[in-house]
Amino acid sequence: MKKINLFIVSILIVGLLSACGSSSAASGSGNSSKSVHLLNVSYDPTRELYKEFNQAFATYWKGKTGQTVTVQQSHGGSGAQSRSVIDGLKADVVTLALSGDIDAIANKTGRLPKNWQQKLPDHSTPYTSTIVFLVRAGNPKHINDWSDLTRKDVSIVTPNPKTSGGARWNYLAAWAYADQKYHHNQTQIKAFMKQLYSNVKVLDSGARGATTTFTQRGIGDVLIAWENEAYLSLNELGKNKFQIVYPSISILTEPPVAVVDQNAKSNGTEKVANAYLNYLYTDQGQEIIAKNYYRPRNKSILQKYGKQFPNIKLVTIDGYFGGWAKAQKEHFDDGGTFDQIYQPKN
Amino acid sequence: MENMIQSDVSKQTLSVRSSLKSAIVRRLFISLVFLFLFCFLVVPLISIFFEALRQGAGVYFSSFADPNTLSSIRLTLIVTLAVVPINTVFGILIAWTVTKYAFKGKNMLVTLVDLPFSVSPVIGGLIFVLLFGEHSELGRWLIAHNINIVFNVPGIVIATLFVTFPFVARELISLMNHQGTALEEASLVLGAGAWQTFFRVTLPNIKWGLLYGIILCNARAIGEFGAVSVVSGHISGMTNTMPLQIENLYNEYQLDPAFALASIMSLFAIITMILKMILEKNVQKAANGRP
Repeated sequence: MKKINLFIVSILIVGLLSACGSSSAASGSGNSSKSVHLLNVSYDPTRELYKEFNQAFATYWKGKTGQTVTVQQSHGGSGAQSRSVIDGLKADVVTLALSGDIDAIANKTGRLPKNWQQKLPDHSTPYTSTIVFLVRAGNPKHINDWSDLTRKDVSIVTPNPKTSGGARWNYLAAWAYADQKYHHNQTQIKAFMKQLYSNVKVLDSGARGATTTFTQRGIGDVLIAWENEAYLSLNELGKNKFQIVYPSISILTEPPVAVVDQNAKSNGTEKVANAYLNYLYTDQGQEIIAKNYYRPRNKSILQKYGKQFPNIKLVTIDGYFGGWAKAQKEHFDDGGTFDQIYQPKN
Repeated sequence: MENMIQSDVSKQTLSVRSSLKSAIVRRLFISLVFLFLFCFLVVPLISIFFEALRQGAGVYFSSFADPNTLSSIRLTLIVTLAVVPINTVFGILIAWTVTKYAFKGKNMLVTLVDLPFSVSPVIGGLIFVLLFGEHSELGRWLIAHNINIVFNVPGIVIATLFVTFPFVARELISLMNHQGTALEEASLVLGAGAWQTFFRVTLPNIKWGLLYGIILCNARAIGEFGAVSVVSGHISGMTNTMPLQIENLYNEYQLDPAFALASIMSLFAIITMILKMILEKNVQKAANGRP
């Protein structure tokens, strides 16, 4: 009998705990209260961008409504983050690396409409970027274009396309180069990609992990990276240690943003969540975007920061690969071209 | 030893040579082991403190002003305070059941206790995402009723419970097996109740083993990364425990705060080691000092 008491007590403790946990999470979602919490689930390299942007938005929102907004961030590989939201992570807004990852949330959970990308200007991508090479200072291996990455003496660091959005852009940028070089000959393109990925030393799960592998652990001759991530490495870790190389052709990366409507509704954050994303398109927002080395959509602000964004030939996902849904299926789903060309070395 | 060698060379040559040889071998082994431990355990540990304090005490302490770091410390404490008592109670319960009663399926129960040790923590975390996330009926129902288990504090508590479950139970099972049931039987025969027997007879006998298990459980609860990482959702200031916050800071290029936080965790580890050393002696005594 006594043992049963003990058991009941323990069950009560567990129950109490979960109650505490859920009530503390719910308390942040007061509708009319003076303070509001917003959860932004984002991909890896946006840590610095949103740190600065969240502060600016909080000041703006306080001035406009008197409400104190605290934006909480979660960062990781874009695919993995999308997975978490699908599994039940209650993001008010998602700011991921590519539209395919937000499509996945819309298709699998219905928590936002399938036409989410038409809700905000520029296909809901307030900033763009591109894929560049980060090499060690002085470019000792003379890496100037994608073809150099297939050389036997070059070792590459790039994240895993299965989990990282940036890695999928990297892969497609290389594919676009090979496609032009070999005039759409699939066999030759695949041979090129196979050669390139056989030079990959470390396949991290997210872009930031790949960057630290290259910059801090000193592995590899070249990091295939987001332009913004490459600039950040220069600034954080010393301009004398690395340099950026722009390839002859790359891809226009369009990281989209969206409100996860159903989550925002149940959290009572619809208004502030929409205002948050709209603020990205304002002059203040675009300025912060440019300062963090993302290419702003606003033409005059892009021009103002023109020096850090050289003009190179860029293909687009819609124009060249027929959109993310098609590209995802062809290249990255199980049995896609990535699975065909990549064999892990054991 | 040298006198002996000189006085009786002819007879003892062989055995002296071999003992000399073994003395050299012994010294070699001991110094090798020490060298290995020094290089792979002591040096990295010292380097954490070195890195943490490299920029001076000012930078070191300012690392803890970051609200996200503070919240990670708070969360780790909450999780530990929730997990250790629960696992202690259930650990005692299971050890008691397994060692004092005879029943069918007992061996299976003992094997089950070890399950969290043989399952990778990542899978431990994944189980709960599948169970309480959008995948299952239960998860969908809970989420619809605004009860969020995964990507929230309860999920972290449950995942940590899973991973740290065996420590207390295992320690007590082996100790109580060793001690047998004679004293409890005597106590019951002399008219004491079950509760009284437990508190007056069993508990005093197992207290050192219990403490030992609690300390190991505590250390793992503070340090668990894999299982917690899967269920956390990595929300800065909300669901990042200390180990997750260290990774987060490292990924944000904030090396000094990352090492500062790592040094706190290392300090916990060192305190755990010292307590463990003290307790180990007492556990040995408790196990041997029985009739």
